[in-house]
Amino acid sequence: MDMVTVKINGREYEVPAGSKIIDAARIAKIDIPTLCYLKDVNEIGACRLCLVEVKGARGLMAACVTEVTNGMEIYTNTPKVQASRKTNLELILSTHKKECLSCIRSGSCELQKLCRDLGVTDENRFAGKNVEGLKDESTAFLVRDNDKCILCRRCVAACKNMQGIGVIEALNRGFDTQIGSAFDQPLAATSCVSCGQCIVACPVGALHEKDDTDKVWDAINDPTKHVAICTAPSIRATIGECFGIEPGVDTEGKMVAALKRLGFDGVYDMNLTADLTIMEEATEFLGRMKEGKNLPLITSCSPGWIKYCEHYFPEFTENLSTCKSPQQMFGAMYKTYYARKRGLDPADIVFVSAIPCTAKKFEVRRPGQSAVGAGIYDVDYAITTRELGRMIEKAGINYKALDDEAFDQPFDIGSGAGAIFGATGGVMEAALRTAAEVILGTKLEKLEFEEVRGTAPIKTATYKLGDIEVRVAVASGTKNAKELLNKVKSGELAVDFIEIMACPGGCINGGGQPVQSAATKASIDLKAARSSILYNADKKMELRKSHENLAVKKLYDEFLGEPGSHTAHEVLHTHYIKRGL
Amino acid sequence: MKKKMTTVAFNDTPEQAEQLNALIAKYKNVEGNLMPVLQGAQDIYGYLPLEVQKTIALGLGVSVSEVYGVASFYSQFSFNPKGKVSIAVCLGTACYVKGSGKLHEKCMEITGIGAGDISPDGRFSYDATRCIGACGLAPVMTVNGDVYGRITPAEIDGIIAKYL
Repeated sequence: MDMVTVKINGREYEVPAGSKIIDAARIAKIDIPTLCYLKDVNEIGACRLCLVEVKGARGLMAACVTEVTNGMEIYTNTPKVQASRKTNLELILSTHKKECLSCIRSGSCELQKLCRDLGVTDENRFAGKNVEGLKDESTAFLVRDNDKCILCRRCVAACKNMQGIGVIEALNRGFDTQIGSAFDQPLAATSCVSCGQCIVACPVGALHEKDDTDKVWDAINDPTKHVAICTAPSIRATIGECFGIEPGVDTEGKMVAALKRLGFDGVYDMNLTADLTIMEEATEFLGRMKEGKNLPLITSCSPGWIKYCEHYFPEFTENLSTCKSPQQMFGAMYKTYYARKRGLDPADIVFVSAIPCTAKKFEVRRPGQSAVGAGIYDVDYAITTRELGRMIEKAGINYKALDDEAFDQPFDIGSGAGAIFGATGGVMEAALRTAAEVILGTKLEKLEFEEVRGTAPIKTATYKLGDIEVRVAVASGTKNAKELLNKVKSGELAVDFIEIMACPGGCINGGGQPVQSAATKASIDLKAARSSILYNADKKMELRKSHENLAVKKLYDEFLGEPGSHTAHEVLHTHYIKRGL
Repeated sequence: MKKKMTTVAFNDTPEQAEQLNALIAKYKNVEGNLMPVLQGAQDIYGYLPLEVQKTIALGLGVSVSEVYGVASFYSQFSFNPKGKVSIAVCLGTACYVKGSGKLHEKCMEITGIGAGDISPDGRFSYDATRCIGACGLAPVMTVNGDVYGRITPAEIDGIIAKYL
């Protein structure tokens, strides 16, 4: 790598040529304040909070967009810099609805932190013309309150640049500027896929998930209801972050202990129905390979991806696996098999899933997600990692101090294959472990399918299983899904089995995960830190294959029959809609 | 000021549709194509109906939000059809200090409509624009694209009469 020498605040540093000043400063252990900046996603120099002095330059330079040059002398902390940043921040504050005490982002708001860091003492120094901001609660998953929007455009960039969708934009100009959709339509009228990446991009409280926790509390406090919760594979890898634990720490035991203290009647592991999904999906895949029909098979665990496919690639809906997602399979099994076993009326069960995903809030009310019928949904409420974190905080539970506890039976066993569902490539690897042993008829010597691991946007591999060659591809992030599907469509890429997750990196980076600041995202690889937990968990487990999960086997023995059976189809499979744009 | 959206139903002729498709085809693979296509489309239709913006988005392979974002940003793109007599007064800095505010009031009085509107009979449309780049002639108004410079409110009746 070519290096250049720069002077930052009088000290010399060697930094990679082509670095932005902000990255060079990080090497010098200096965090330059930012608001609109989101590394690799939104680098537009709009908020003017990252201004620095550069010797010889005419004015102050925006550190997030200015590249270093050899011999550059940069000053990040002069009185002129401090005064400019503070004034710019005060101007931004002039149009911000300062409802800080009751704001959902109180404590994690980047604007709030900047006010403290830059020493703002009068948040009302400038009185701006305040145009009434758009409020949009039209979708199942999102609340937009533009009165709090600071027009940083991070959500716009996440939607357009990162996800390749672009259903939101900056509209109008001057004081009338607002983030919204074409022709001022509500978001629900657009081809938004509900991935929620806009929410985790937002530095303030202008965007947040629709909060379903009150409904869950009501259910818990209703003695006539049986309230159960299951947690998705990736929650254990991220929920600690809600309590100030650094990213990359597995807190599964504490999570279970906390959930049991919240008053749920059952606390279960969704890894189990991840395994169940693999049994159904691997069977479906082998069936389609045999018939040569509707190939490539494309996974269906990610409801954001499903909605994306329905809107943008309706010609591929026949290729989607008909398997419900693990969340929906869990609810469906609970209200059929388990209700019967325990003598519970499905109407009295409230099934909650804790998920890393905002699209799951949309998924729970989709048609074809009711195994019992009669208006009883498989899953009643899907709450994000953030909502679950808030419930635990509200209950006053000292999360960090909890001793580990274990999931409740009979849904307590999940394999390593189920655990890795939360990372991109995980579903593919889990399915391959099972499909390979079914095809080969013998045990695999090596369970790791390294080629589909890692956070690369698109991964492809070919595996020879006996006489059968299986060509696979994995994409995460809808922009990468688009690229992959266009290659499949044009015939450039021949493939039999595709895994797609709507969020870049998979569920560990989902739109329902704890919000991390732009500064944290720039300094650590969040996706890698979080997914390492799942792969480490898998590595340590004895049970690493879905088809060896005895709890899953029991479900087939006692209720479902065999994978792909009539009952399995009635309870565990669904259908899709060709939505178009 | 936020632009007003027309309530007039969109009716295009086959010729207009053909012109729009040719325009999109011409610019399809050109970088920075959105502005010239929007300008061309406004020349064809006199304004930018929603349907036209959707066609442009689809044709150029960009999101309809992006098209609308750009179209709503620039003041000289209109979401309202133009009247038979399309009047505009420049409220840019130079014109404004030379008294275009008074021209603005007079035009609204004569036409009976506000800035960005079209009269119900389709006779007049009126726009208050930002700088149109004719500062040397300030204050400036345009009627159906003809530029009138250094005018006073008293002259406006006579100018408009020429177009009726």
